[in-house]
This record gives sequence, structure tokens and C-alpha cells, in this order.
Amino acid sequence: MSDPQPPAQPEPGAEPVESTVGGAEPAAASAPKATVTATDTAPPPAGSAKPAPADVEPPSRWATAFREIVTGNAIISVLAVVLALIVGAVMIAFTDERVQEAAVYFFARPGDTFVAVWESVSGAYVAFFQGSIYNFRRPDFIAGIRPLTETLTFATPLIAAGLGVGLAFRVGMFNIGGRGQMLIAASAAGWVGFGFDLPWGIHMIVAVLAGMIGAALWAGIAGLLKARTGAHEVIVTIMLNYVALYLVQWMLRTPGLLQAPGSNNPKTPAMKENAILPELLGPQFNLHFGFILAIGATVLVWWILNRSSLGFKFRAVGENPNAARVAGINVKSMYVYAMLISGALVGLAGVSQVLGTVTTGFSSGIDAGIGFDAITVALLGRSTPWGILAAGILFGAFKAGGFSMQAAEGVPIDIVLVVQSLIVLFIAAPPLVRAIFRLPAPGSTPKRQRPIVTKEMEAK
Amino acid sequence: MKLELRGITKRFGSLVANDHIDLTVEAGEIHCLLGENGAGKSTLMNVLYGLYQADEGEILLDDVVQHFAGPGDAMKAGIGMVHQHFMLIPVFTVAENVMLGHESTKAGGFLDLQAARAKVREISDRFGFDVDPDALVDDLPVGVQQRVEIIKALSRDAKVLVFDEPTAVLTPQETDELMAIMRQLRESGTAIVFITHKLREVREVADRITVVRLGKVVGEASPTASNVELASLMVGRAVELTVQKDPPKLGEPALVVEGLSVIDHIGQLVVNDVSFEVRRGEILAVAGVQGNGQTELTEALVGLQPRVQGSISLDGEVLSGASVRKILDSGVGFVPEDRNEDGLVGEFSIAENLMLDRSNGAPFVKAANVQRGVLEQFATEKVAEFDVRTPGIDTKVGRLSGGNQQKVVLARELSRELRLLVAAQPTRGVDVGSIEFIHKRIVAARDAGVPVVVVSTELDEVTALADRIMVMYRGRIVGIVPGDTPRDVLGLMMAGEVPAEGAAA
Repeated sequence: MSDPQPPAQPEPGAEPVESTVGGAEPAAASAPKATVTATDTAPPPAGSAKPAPADVEPPSRWATAFREIVTGNAIISVLAVVLALIVGAVMIAFTDERVQEAAVYFFARPGDTFVAVWESVSGAYVAFFQGSIYNFRRPDFIAGIRPLTETLTFATPLIAAGLGVGLAFRVGMFNIGGRGQMLIAASAAGWVGFGFDLPWGIHMIVAVLAGMIGAALWAGIAGLLKARTGAHEVIVTIMLNYVALYLVQWMLRTPGLLQAPGSNNPKTPAMKENAILPELLGPQFNLHFGFILAIGATVLVWWILNRSSLGFKFRAVGENPNAARVAGINVKSMYVYAMLISGALVGLAGVSQVLGTVTTGFSSGIDAGIGFDAITVALLGRSTPWGILAAGILFGAFKAGGFSMQAAEGVPIDIVLVVQSLIVLFIAAPPLVRAIFRLPAPGSTPKRQRPIVTKEMEAK
Repeated sequence: MKLELRGITKRFGSLVANDHIDLTVEAGEIHCLLGENGAGKSTLMNVLYGLYQADEGEILLDDVVQHFAGPGDAMKAGIGMVHQHFMLIPVFTVAENVMLGHESTKAGGFLDLQAARAKVREISDRFGFDVDPDALVDDLPVGVQQRVEIIKALSRDAKVLVFDEPTAVLTPQETDELMAIMRQLRESGTAIVFITHKLREVREVADRITVVRLGKVVGEASPTASNVELASLMVGRAVELTVQKDPPKLGEPALVVEGLSVIDHIGQLVVNDVSFEVRRGEILAVAGVQGNGQTELTEALVGLQPRVQGSISLDGEVLSGASVRKILDSGVGFVPEDRNEDGLVGEFSIAENLMLDRSNGAPFVKAANVQRGVLEQFATEKVAEFDVRTPGIDTKVGRLSGGNQQKVVLARELSRELRLLVAAQPTRGVDVGSIEFIHKRIVAARDAGVPVVVVSTELDEVTALADRIMVMYRGRIVGIVPGDTPRDVLGLMMAGEVPAEGAAA
């Protein structure tokens, strides 16, 4: 049954029939003839006919715009936040003692449970609002608006660091070294801030620059290693976090370096008056000039990514490094530049911490987890500058509002962290969010048209 | 088994991908489904295979109406599919791949590999496939991997086999072997649906031909129809398969390559001491079976290969050792072999892709700012000039069809001041209508006095474009012959045989 000879019979000589393509036949023959039987209603057009449009006519502009909003990433971010708040509400209700008490006799008087649930959830979110945006229990506007300024103060480093992480994302890199970069930035800026005496204005600028450059170089190590040796930036930045942490801890314990003179605590002296970022709204608010710097950084990153040739190359490398290389873009140097800029932005977060928020001297906990929160912020902001700005402010609100939720309603602060984590979880699973809200998948064509029509028919 | 599709209609929103398609395939028949990319062939086959549900129409096997909820049902009913991109697991052996999805087990839940091996051997012997059941799929050449796919389908007793563009990944030899296999399967009574847009193959094996255009059956043709007839039916207008070109107006030698060797990343000598020159106004076509060093040669020409020996000079200017940036800036246009991988950024708009290799200075960048107005105007012009079918210049390139993507690459490369054009596989995966257009533009570049190097594994393309043909085999030049060298001679040269009557250089 086996036919041993492999099917390699057709010799090259057996097929010189194909001379048509070789050039023997007259070109541009007219319409098909005899052997071809056309069954279509449309006649096979002759040579003059216009080429049939390969692409179907685009759907209406409105439909396209709607689909882009619905399937786009922004809406997913917003819905992820909504979902996380809903789940958070459930958890608030479950952890509330009054709800637990009422639930014991749920079947006797279910209304009590619902009232308790409503009170605990609404109470918590009202406290959240009062803690993060506007406290209407205060007598005057100035005092009432204070929570919002707190939110923006918390948001400042989150925005700056989020921009750094987001920019690296756009170049296809994952900068998880926020912590280390912030510590280096804080040390450099702090050292300039307390160790030098410079005129007002200059001192601040030098300190800010010192911090940003320090962090840029620290992150640049990861970029350089990636470009030169192919070392993965995730591993390098994580490891540099530890290096930075213990390096700064050592410097904080060593007199003559960062440690405050005459003290045994691992803490620096207070910043000099001239180096401190000025308050924006007067002494009763904490909001400082760092927020303006963060806004400026947002505009700068927007310009880099969307308008500059450098950003064009960044994005090309991020989306398709092979094509970028073939197009003459120096991919390796883009990695280095991107990490330098990313580090500088994360550094701005560290600077705003030591020169704006905690000016009385800092210890090794100054990064306050912002380097990692920044990853969440960048994800929620979809790595776009304005998205990160919005996400940073939202997370600032979580920080500011979380405390007042705990203080006013006894809601554990962990709930806020759970909500934050759930946001990331939902963002990471767009199909889940789409399924919950019944959004069409991106790239798919709308399929549900016929069923909708039939439903309308049935309704009549 | 006789397969019949009656009035199959499949809509995606407002797009009608299949419009009342009728198709009958008898047992022991090779039925060719011919159509351009996007004509609806693959949609139809996905309906047949149960991946899509038809909006209207029915599928009949031996006059019994079938309802396929998924590929499992289709397989059970005796329909097998050989996909264009193989559905094999590289780290599994042939036998493991064949049993995948319907693994039989022995007592205790152990896999019955022995049975799978026997099955592979049996089918392999029956058709003379020569496939070792214990070979790792990863180690097999592409052509053999495809046979594994066929064995997979046959092991599930497929009576109807669908080949979805099976030759796109094959060398000419492997294609010939596949044709032979298809004939054998036909003899054994299998009904075969063969999807393709390559005319030569259709005429070679098809018993019947159905031409699909824009989701509709536009005609049936007999295999005796000429290429021109088939092509015009497929595209809907007369198509020039031969490229109209005047005799070359040869100028000075522009590109001079001497003793070029390329060592790849695993240390193999992939281009071995290659010397040639290309004159202004001349197309040098590099022919050869895929993987004989042509790809690396083109990459070396534009500075993409790190380990290169020998010299490359263009108009006397030494290019070897220069950066990609510098080579592109000195007027080298490059159409890479794999446009999705190396030529385009899929997430970028058409306009952005058009400036991809000019991101450093004029005309698109001024003082570090991208000149969006200039770019927009340029993109609008080029989209019109190169007939890129798109809703607009802001459309992501990844959304375009292969032919339109390639036009974007070509538009980008040809809109610079060129001193050399290097085009690798310029029409791979491109529909007939676009091939014609792309060939015309390449010839136009030649006629403007640009030296052109075209690498192609398609002999049709080589003979259509070439003024001279350079055949490569295992990294070496077998010979450089005139453009009108007969196909059989080229075929022998591609197998490494030096032609008897010395090579003209």
C-alpha cells in the first residue's frame, strides 16, 4: 500500500507553460472569454472599469466616534473605577458592625439591614467626599475647600511619578524602580536643600534639578544596561530599588552625609527656607509649588509624546522596535533617553516630597510607596499624560479621603487599598469590564443589529 | 463525500462578507476557490468549519443538512482544515500533535502514544509522506509541518479537506510536492477545497474553479482558462500580468558589492563571499528558495546586519559599516521582507508610518517638533498617488489589507530622493491588483535611473521584473543570468546547479 517514491515528480522542465507571465502573451487582454462562464449579474468589466472598492464604505462618523469612546481605553478606565467603588461599597457594608447586627434578624426585619447598609455605604462615601473634595460642614469656603487642596497635594508626586512610569510604558519599558529613583532624588535634593546656602529662587531650582538629575542617572543605569547588554529593565530597576534603599539608609545613619548633626536618628536636618517649594495658597494649605511643576511636567510629556520627533521615535520603538530599527531609529539610545526622562519625572516626585510635603527632614520611608502607586496611576491613565494627571488626582483623593473615611465612619483604611487594587485588576481585564457593561469588543464589527430589529418587531 | 453550500450569507454589521454563495464540491475533486485578499474566501471556510454561524443558507454533506456549532462538529462530520498558519505545538512530536484534541488513553489515564504513532505511520505510508512520528515539529521544515497538518485532518477521517492558502509559506519545491499530495488525496476520493490567489497553482491542480469577488461568486472557470482571464475575473477588470517595461537604459555601475559575507546571530555564515554590481536604471532580481541568504543580503545592504565582511559601496561612497540611519540618509530605499514585523508600526496611523524613516529632520521635523501640517498634506498626496484604499490618513496601518499596507511602505520609500532601492519580497501576501501596481512603481523607479535590487522567491515576479537575475543558493551566488532566462534553467540554478553556458555578469 505504500508508495515509496516521494511526490517530487514534476521536473522543472515540465512546466514551461507559464510563459504568460514571462512576457510572451500580449499584455492587457480584454475581458474574459469563452471558457469563463459568468454567473454574476454584474458583467465582468472590461479594462476601462474602475477598480472595485476593496474597503467597504466606512460607517457613519457618529457611529465610529461612539464606538471609539465605548471600545476605547478611556471608558474602560472610568468603568473600572466605578466597578471598584461598587465592590468597595459591598465590602464597606459587610465590614460595618451595624450592618452585621441588623443582618442577624434579617428575616424578621429585612428593612433594618437595608437601612444599615445604606447608612454605612453612604456615610462612608460622604465622608470620603468630605475628606477629599469639599467639606460642607465647615463654616466658610476656605475651610471647606481644604480637602481638595489636600487631594492635590497627595496627587502631586503621584502625577509626576506616574508620568515617568507612563512614559517608559510608551517606549515599551516597565520602570518599577520608582522607589529607588525617588529615594535618590530625595537624597540629592535634600542634600542640596539643607547643606547649601544659596539665594532664594536659585536654591530651590538647584535643589529640584539635583534631585531630578540624580534620579535620571539612577534610572539611566537600567536604560544603559538594557541597551548595551540586553539586561531586562524590570530586574535591573527592582534591584536598584534595594541598592538605593540601603544606600540611603546608610547615608542617613552616617554623620556628615545625610544624617542631621547631633542626632542619632536616621533622619536628615530640615530643609533651608530658600530651598522649599513655595506654598501656593498661603500657610493654611499644604498645597505647594510642586503641583505646578507636576502640571508643567504633564504638558511637557504631552509635548514629547505627541508633538516632538523624539516622542515619535519613542512611540515607534514602543510599538514595534524592529520596524523602528529598520527605519533608522537608534533603538538603543531611545531606551537610554526614555529611562533618563522617566527617571527625571519620578525624581520630581521625590523632590516634591522632600522640598514640598515633608520639609522638616526625611527618613528612608519618604517614598511612601509612591513609586509603586505610580504604576497603578500610569495604568489607570493609560500612559497618556492627561489620563495620568486625572488618575493621579483620583489617587490623591483616595489618600486624602481614606483617612477621613476611617476617622468619621470607622471604615478600615484597607478598604481604600482594596478599591485601589480592584481598579488595577479591572483595568488589567478589559474583557471583564466590557462583559459587565455589555460593551462591544474593540475591532469587532457590531453584530447585534439583527436581533435588535427583531425585538422591535416583537414589541409592536 | 459531497459537500454543498447553498446560499451562504454572512454579514458583519453592514459588511456582507458572503453574499448567497453556492458551492458544490464532489468527492474526488479539487475545487479551487479563487479570489483576492478580502474577497470572502476565508469567511466562507470559517462558516464551513463551524467557526462562524451563517446568517442564511445551509451546509449539506451528501445531501444532508448539517448544523455546526463549532469546529468539533465540523470535524465529526468529516471536514478537515489545513490552516495557513499551522495549528501545531512546536515542542510536541508529530504523534503528539496528531493526537492533540482527541487523545486516546490506556488504562490508568496514560496517553496511548503508541496508537498515535501507528496512525501517523499508517497515513504517512499510505500517501508517501515520509513523516517521522517521533520528530519534534519544531525541527521539521515548513513543508513537512504542513503534511503533519494534513495527517492531523486525515487521522480524524476527514472526507472534505480545506486548504486555506497553503502555499503562502512554501518554497516552489514544497509547493510542487503539495500539489502532488493533493492529487493523491483526490485519487483516494477526498473532496478538496483549495483556497488561493495564485493563478499558476490553480491551473495546475484544479478540477473546477469558483471565483469569488467582494463576497459573491462571480463566475466559474475551467482550468484551461488563461491566467489573464482568471485574473480579470478575480479582480473585476483586465489585469496586466506581464509588466510593461522598456529595455533598460543602463547607466554607471552604482551599487558595487565585493566579497560580502554575513554571519548571523548563531554564528553561521549565511552570505558567503558575494560580489555583484547593479547599474543605474537596472533591476537586479535575486532569486532563490527562501532561506538561502537573500534576506540577510538585503539586510546587510542597509546596515541591519551586525557581522559583515567585505565592502559595499554606492556611487563610490562606502556604505559597509555605516549605521542604518546614515545609509537611509544617503538615499537607500528599503522595502523589508516582512512588512508587519519590520516595515510598519501597526498601531501608528498611515501618516505616521509615512514619516517613520524620516523622523530626524526636514521635511517632517523642525526644531524637534513634528510638522503635522506638512505630514498631513504629504500623507494625503501619497495615499492618493499610491491608491491606498483607506477611510483616511489617520487610519491605523494595522487595519489595512496586506496590499494596502505594502503600498504604504512603498509610498514611504519611493517618495525620497533615491540612489538605490532594495525591495525584499515586495508583493508577498499582496492581492493581484496591488501586485500589478507595485510592479509598475518599481519599474518606474528603474526608469527614473535608480538601481534596484529585488529579492523574490516567486519566479513569476523575478522573471517579470528582472533585467538580470542573480540566483543564490546556500549563501553563494550560483550565477547571474539575463532576465529572459527560462524558468527551468532558473529552477535548476535555485537547486544549486551552475548553468552550463557560463553566467553573464
